[in-house]
Amino acid sequence: MTDRVAMLRGATVYRIHWELGTDVLVGVCHCGAEHDSEDPVELWDWLLAHPEGHEPPPAGSPAPVDREPVGADA
Amino acid sequence: MTFARNHWYVAAYGREIGRELFARTILGEPLVFYRSEAGEVVALADRCVHRRYPLSESRLEGDTIVCGYHGFTYDKAGSCVFVPGQERIPRTARVPSYPVVEQDSFVWVWIGERDRADESLIPRAPWLADPAYTTVSGMEPLAARYELLVDNLMDLSHETYLHGGYIGTPEVANTPITTEVDEDNRIIYVSRHMADAACPPFYAKSTGIDGRITRWQDIEYHPPCLYLLHSRVAPVGVLPEADGSDPNGFHVEVVYAITPETEHSTHDFWAVARDFALDDQEVSDFLRDSNRTVVLQDVTALDILERVIQGEPRDYQELSINIDTGGLAARRILKRMVAEADEPARAVTA
Repeated sequence: MTDRVAMLRGATVYRIHWELGTDVLVGVCHCGAEHDSEDPVELWDWLLAHPEGHEPPPAGSPAPVDREPVGADA
Repeated sequence: MTFARNHWYVAAYGREIGRELFARTILGEPLVFYRSEAGEVVALADRCVHRRYPLSESRLEGDTIVCGYHGFTYDKAGSCVFVPGQERIPRTARVPSYPVVEQDSFVWVWIGERDRADESLIPRAPWLADPAYTTVSGMEPLAARYELLVDNLMDLSHETYLHGGYIGTPEVANTPITTEVDEDNRIIYVSRHMADAACPPFYAKSTGIDGRITRWQDIEYHPPCLYLLHSRVAPVGVLPEADGSDPNGFHVEVVYAITPETEHSTHDFWAVARDFALDDQEVSDFLRDSNRTVVLQDVTALDILERVIQGEPRDYQELSINIDTGGLAARRILKRMVAEADEPARAVTA
């Protein structure tokens, strides 16, 4: 199983992964840009500022989706 | 005003509404509910237009409410059909009626502008009315603002401290947490996927799983009202199928409906549905008792917190850390929903 869980499938999903064993949060924008922080307030500010300060997405496929949430589209 | 109007809220369980008049305040609005002779749920403002007497303290006659003070009589739509002692019914003699939908065992009520009430916006909790699940449920009154309950439920790490011995799990500290926000659909999702965890005795006994488990605890919050906690256990390594079905997993769906009563009190609806050991009364009793205990521990703590916060200046300082990532996302979307409540209709199209 990947550490990078992705459950929501919408077109505009922001993700924050908590790196195991560290205090580091990794923010991943829907555009693919990533940013590390140890402060969730700062990291949300960075994510929501999209596209400001967001680099083009790195090469590679997006994180896999483990399961579609049951109630999301009902 | 701190409420997100123009949204659907859970007002009651369907089983609470019958042929007795039933009073409940939602978002500061006193409402009276009853079931018509045909079985549909009716919601009206709980104040007689004449002298403000509570209609819930009155009498149901057929499908009409006869005010217990002077006999003003209202039909299901809130129109006055009789006033005492005179022929003419004043044109303004009506009480507001509220759109109501019964779904997934809940009675949902729309608080806001009537013509914006779209049933398709109601988020689903299908397990609660699904014969493939067995459900236990209840509601506890909370003497605290709803935002405190949202904060509480969005961060499950508090379970180690507030609920020690009940739902704490030793693997949590070693589990990566992912927080997701779907901006367009306004869903906040917090995943804790434990790939290889010890099987708590309750699950071993009730599911028959022998050995270690893959355990998921996923929060899915549809602000403002509906909170889902998808709890999934399966033999270690067993994942859902590619098509989304999950025949080899065991599921506990914990559902909360967070409905503001006033600015400082909340209706805390909770339900626990499972798709295993369906007829096992011992399992039902365990899930009911343990979840209710957890809810009451939260109620006690949040009631204390509300009293403290009320005594503090409005812009009190807080400190947010990593565990608050999901809670911060929920607060932001709730804040936007509250702001939108004061905007014209065209602004709310999401």
